[in-house]
Formats: sequence, structure tokens, C-alpha cells
Amino acid sequence: MSDFSLWIIVKNLLWATQWTILLSLIAFVGGGIVGLVLLFLRTSQVKWLEVPTKLYIEFFQGTPLLMQLFLFFFGVALFGIEVSPWMAAGLALTLWTSAFLTEIWRGCVEAIPKGQWEASASVAMNYVEQMRYVILPQAMRIAIAPTVGFSVQVIKGTALASIIGFVELTKAGTMINNATFRPFLVYALVALIYFCLCFPLSWYAKRLEGKLNVAR
Amino acid sequence: MSLVSIRDVRKSYGTVEVLKGVSLEVAKGDVVAIIGRSGSGKSTLLRCINGLETYQFGAILADGIEVGGIHANMRELRRHVGMVFQQFNLFPHLTAAENVMLAPTVVNKTPKKEARAIAAEVLAKVGLSEKMDAYPSQLSGGQQQRVAIARSLAMRPKVLLCDEITSALDPELVNEVLRVVEQLAKEGMTLILVTHEMRFARDVGTNLVFMHHGKVHETGKPKDVFAAPQTPELQQFVGGNG
Ligand SMILES: Nc1ncnc2c1ncn2[C@@H]1O[C@H](COP(=O)(O)OP(=O)(O)OP(=O)(O)O)[C@@H](O)[C@H]1O
Ligand SMILES: [Mg+2]
Repeated sequence: MSDFSLWIIVKNLLWATQWTILLSLIAFVGGGIVGLVLLFLRTSQVKWLEVPTKLYIEFFQGTPLLMQLFLFFFGVALFGIEVSPWMAAGLALTLWTSAFLTEIWRGCVEAIPKGQWEASASVAMNYVEQMRYVILPQAMRIAIAPTVGFSVQVIKGTALASIIGFVELTKAGTMINNATFRPFLVYALVALIYFCLCFPLSWYAKRLEGKLNVAR
Repeated sequence: MSLVSIRDVRKSYGTVEVLKGVSLEVAKGDVVAIIGRSGSGKSTLLRCINGLETYQFGAILADGIEVGGIHANMRELRRHVGMVFQQFNLFPHLTAAENVMLAPTVVNKTPKKEARAIAAEVLAKVGLSEKMDAYPSQLSGGQQQRVAIARSLAMRPKVLLCDEITSALDPELVNEVLRVVEQLAKEGMTLILVTHEMRFARDVGTNLVFMHHGKVHETGKPKDVFAAPQTPELQQFVGGNG
């Protein structure tokens, strides 16, 4: 039990952490883009757009993320398409994230008073213009705190990608444990790293929330 | 030809009919004051004219465009029919000038510089040249409402709809807004106003419309109507309002 082996464990975990961060970023940015598109569809009041987007959101919110990962990883393979763990994890997490962000953001859009819609409609602005210039700039202010808060869920969600063989922090922990047989040490370190990633975000989200409440 | 033509319009919310066959012709330059009890359908009628509400029967033509007709026309219609609200509804994240410039730049594709000139012109008209760069939260209620009027004017509307635009104001701020509206009337702007300011309706209006239970109950020249209301309902309403 030398310090040397501890250093090796930490080094390997930190190396794997970069994949956790990268996967989180992909899911968050990709999910943000898809989520924004869905937000426009969901709030457009166009009936035939509403049902499919609702179903999409219900599916990704109402089933375990792990099942979604399995579906992408194994399900798509049934159609004879080779899917790497990278692709499956990136795609599943992106879509999962988009569903939650859409709902968070929809709440913020609906918090904007009806008068803003009516005033902008009365000067002949169409739906996309209303969203772009009037509604979203105001909704964004209240959306920042819950959005940052949700990014913590995304980071923790990436841990599930280990199950389909994606080597990120959790998977690396499992592999190192298999080699060193020191589960408590290894998983304590893994947890510590997750905490170091997540805590600043949730702290920042809390602070933003407080600021916004004061501003009102 | 009428600028706004309302023909036997009926509207229901669910099973409750709130407009029961309203007809009204508004010519260019008319200043139509709509009065009536709370719940008589004044706001609903006004909101039907620019398509904020839909109606089930009848027809409304504004500037020759049928309201609630094909979708593409609604944008064209709203460019010519402005509206000012009781609650101002300014865009709080934009300055007074930006509030005014937004629709010209976004809808009419007016270049920024030109739009700024329009903003300066219409804000001067409502007496707020000094407040171009103030945010709504930095303005009094009366100032906010005048910015809202300027925002509508920037689109060069042919008709301006005003729904109780002084009702949310402190009494001492009412006059500054009414003076702006009066000035617009003098310049020949076509106005349809829902108002509780009876004196203003009499002095500035060219036509008076008394609505009662979702119908135009009595109409005529304001001075005549106020001097000698024909129906008991209007007699009571005028009496009750002093
Ligand atoms: N969105 C709505 N859903 C259901 N009923 C409504 C709705 N808006 C208005 N009403 C009803 O329609 C009727 C007419 O309302 P409207 O707002 O046009 O009256 P008003 O004459 O403007 O009254 P006020 O002087 O109080 O503004 C009222 O009975 C009101 O309760
Ligand atoms: Mg009303």
C-alpha cells in the first residue's frame, strides 16, 4: 500500500474525468439546441405540433435514462447499424437532456405575462419574432438558475453510460477497482471528483436564484 | 367607405355569448368612444378588431382586410391597426426608444438609424424626448403609457384602439395621457376608445357608442347622447356616472 499506487489511481481517474466532462458538455449543448427547437414547437400553439413534442418529452422524462441508453445501444443495432458506446451515450443523453430543458424553459416562457404576447402581437410581430425579441430575453433571466441547476443532473447522468461500456469516471473506477481490490478508496475518490464537478454548479445556481429573488 | 366595418359580430366564450350581434361603422378621422358597464363586452369588441380574440359569426373589416381571414393577412392588418392597453405592456428589458423601434425594425425591416429617427419623432410627440434611453421601470405610469402610445404610432397605424388606457393610472397622471390622445384626435387619427372618462368622451369623441349586454344599445353624437339619452339603461348609466 504505497503512495505510488494511490497516485496511479488518482491519475487514472482524472484521465477518465475528461470523458465525463466531454460527454456532459455534448449532452448539455446538444440538449440545449434540441431543447430550444422543441421549446418553439411546444409553445407555438400549433395543435399538430403539440402532441408529438409532448409525447417526445413524456417518453424521455417518463422512462429511466438507463433504458434509453440500452435502447440506443442495443436497439439500433437490431437494424444492422453499428453503434459505438460514444454515439449511443451522446445521443441518448442529448435527447434526455433536451426533454428536461424544454420543460424547464417552457415554465419560464409561461411565467412571462400574457400582456407581453398581446402587445407584441399588436405591433404585427409573428410568433418567432415575439419569442426572439420579447419573450425569450425575459424568460432567459429566470431560466438561468434552474438550467445551471439541471446541468448537475446531466453530469451525474453520464455515470450510467458506464453500463454500456463507455469509459468515463464511473467505468474507470470499476476497472481500477477490479485491478486493485480497494473499492472503498476507489469509489470514495470517484465520488469526490463528481462532487468537485457538481458542487460549484449547484452553488452557482443557488446564488443566481438568490440574486433573482432580490432583484424582484 | 368605412375604415373599420363591424357587421353583426357574435362571440361566445363557451356557452356564454358576450357579443350578441354588434354592428358599427367607423370612418377615417372618427373618434369613437365606447362606454358601458363592466362586462358589457367593450374590451372583447376592441380585441376582435385586431384579432386578439376570434369571433364566431359576422364580419369585421379593417382597412379592407377581413379580420380572422387568412393568416398572412393578419400581419398586414396589425401593421395598420394599433392598440394601447390598460396595463401599458411595455417590454421591460428594452428602453423607451428600443420599445418604439422594435416593430419598425423587425416587422417593417426599417434600418436602425431610420427607426431611431422614428422613435425620436413619436416620443417627442408624446412629450418624452428626454426619456428615450430610460427603461420602463424608471418611468411613471403616465410616462409608460405615453411610451406605449408612441410604440403604436411608430407603425404609422390607420386606426388606434385604446382600451381604458387611463384606468390603471393615478388620478394626477390621467390628464397627461388624455392630452396626448386629444392631440392625436386633432391631427385626424382615427381612434376607437373604450373609456370611463365621460367628459373626455363628450369633448373629444365624434361618435359615442353605449354598449349594454353585448350589444350596441345606443349611439350618436356624444353631445346629443349625453344631453338626452334615449334609453333608460343609458339614462341610468350616465346618471350613475355623474
Ligand atoms: N377569456 C375569457 N373567458 C371567458 N369569459 C370572458 C373572457 N374574457 C371576458 N369574458 C367575459 O366576457 C364578458 C365581456 O367582457 P369584457 O372584458 O369585454 O367586458 P368590458 O365591457 O370590457 O368590461 P370592463 O369594463 O370590466 O373592462 C364578461 O362577462 C367577461 O366575464
Ligand atoms: Mg374591458
